[in-house]
Amino acid sequence: MSAAIGFGKDLIGLEHLTAEQIRTILDVAEPFKEVSERAIKKVPALRGKTIVNLFFEPSTRTRVSFEFAEKRLSADTVNIAAMGSSVVKGETLVDTARNLEAMRIDMVVIRHSSSGAARFLAERIPSNVINAGDGQHEHPTQALLDLLTVRDRLGRIEGVRVCIAGDILHSRVARSNIWGLLKLGAEVAVCGPPTLVPPGIHELGVCVFRRLEEAIEWADVLNVLRLQLERMEAGYIPSLREYNRHFGITSARLGRAPRDILILHPGPMNRGVEIDSDVADGPHSVILHQVTNGVAVRMAVLYLLAGGAPERAEAAKRGTGDES
Amino acid sequence: MAEEGRLVMDERAVRRAIERMAREILDRNGGAEDLVLIGIQRRGVELASLLAAEIQKAEGVELPRGSLDITLYRDDLSTIGPRPVIGETHIPDIDGRNVVIVDDVCYTGRTVRAALDELSDFGRPARIYLCALVDRGGRELPIQPDFVGRHVQVGPGETVAVLVPEIDGRLAVELRKVKRE
Repeated sequence: MSAAIGFGKDLIGLEHLTAEQIRTILDVAEPFKEVSERAIKKVPALRGKTIVNLFFEPSTRTRVSFEFAEKRLSADTVNIAAMGSSVVKGETLVDTARNLEAMRIDMVVIRHSSSGAARFLAERIPSNVINAGDGQHEHPTQALLDLLTVRDRLGRIEGVRVCIAGDILHSRVARSNIWGLLKLGAEVAVCGPPTLVPPGIHELGVCVFRRLEEAIEWADVLNVLRLQLERMEAGYIPSLREYNRHFGITSARLGRAPRDILILHPGPMNRGVEIDSDVADGPHSVILHQVTNGVAVRMAVLYLLAGGAPERAEAAKRGTGDES
Repeated sequence: MAEEGRLVMDERAVRRAIERMAREILDRNGGAEDLVLIGIQRRGVELASLLAAEIQKAEGVELPRGSLDITLYRDDLSTIGPRPVIGETHIPDIDGRNVVIVDDVCYTGRTVRAALDELSDFGRPARIYLCALVDRGGRELPIQPDFVGRHVQVGPGETVAVLVPEIDGRLAVELRKVKRE
């Protein structure tokens, strides 16, 4: 069990976590849900820790979610957006981080457009690094909150059929979800235009549906990805209307499903493109539940990484009864 | 942790101690009015429900009860590391009430310090009492229980284990050897 909570210094992705570690994060997230329901939404667990949210890509939801998580754990936080920082003056990622380190920080939450940026940084600074999305590589906290939401609603993850729909090729959310779901025993499929599904993805043990109707017939859960509008300009899809006709999640399509399908979306949504409004706001949508869970999952990750000596937690746990 | 331990209190002794503490709480408080019992996770929660049952037998009222997990209020995250098990915290209305914090063992006082901090984030009780089934001494903070089931001398390399039916299958207090590795 001690290996299960030995997360090491950083959270870069779900690919290298064990099923046990992922389950531990989800379990630790449970009590943090309750903290956000208190009148005083704050516990002192990370008092005195300084956390930098280093965002080289625009993000509102993820950054705000991390910031709430940090503040509800009583950490001190600073937000740095790439725009308006010395990044535009040509400072490298490592220089930026080293300067922050010189001001004695404890953790960095990084979002970057380059795959591998989080690991690159983690290997060069002693602070804990949490990946908030790096290029097309991983977005681990998004997948964790998706997993928590599925577990909340269906009571389990093992054996659940989850189809990720949309632009799989460019999606770090898809990649992290696939790792996490497979490790926890879900059946995973993807569905999207052939140009946006990476060749060879079935080798991971992921089933590929060419037609959305087949996916809907099969799935318990649909995780609908945002279609980046620049994909159309790059020629991956002929037009947004065409995309919506073949791959848009509509209530008419869902109406033909043999069972109720849980609808997830990592946001922000393109209503009328990958998802219709009556589905997004409909009874099977858990999109806002995902947002609520995002704060709890990020609190759990921050808490588990912040201690810095997870191997000692086990020793402490053995001394039950009278440790205090 | 060694499973075999030296029995300090058997089930009857624990039940007698709880009956007595229930009476003392009612005495000190002048009845059951405004009392709220808050158990510290995990075994304090079970002991609080035993106390509540005694008080209900004596006074015929069911006291509001709550549970408190102080993990996130500990002062040793950096030295001990995070604990992967965090129990439920559920606090009823405590504003203006007389709160009894119930813990299994009172030792350094640090758990109680954390519990006091956490409770004050939930409201402002009129007063707070502390009740512990076992007081083993060794305080590191100026905190003393108001109601104690038994004072226990603990030798070096020994630890007190309070056992409750819901978790351990029986009700007892034992002294155990601490396993070192």
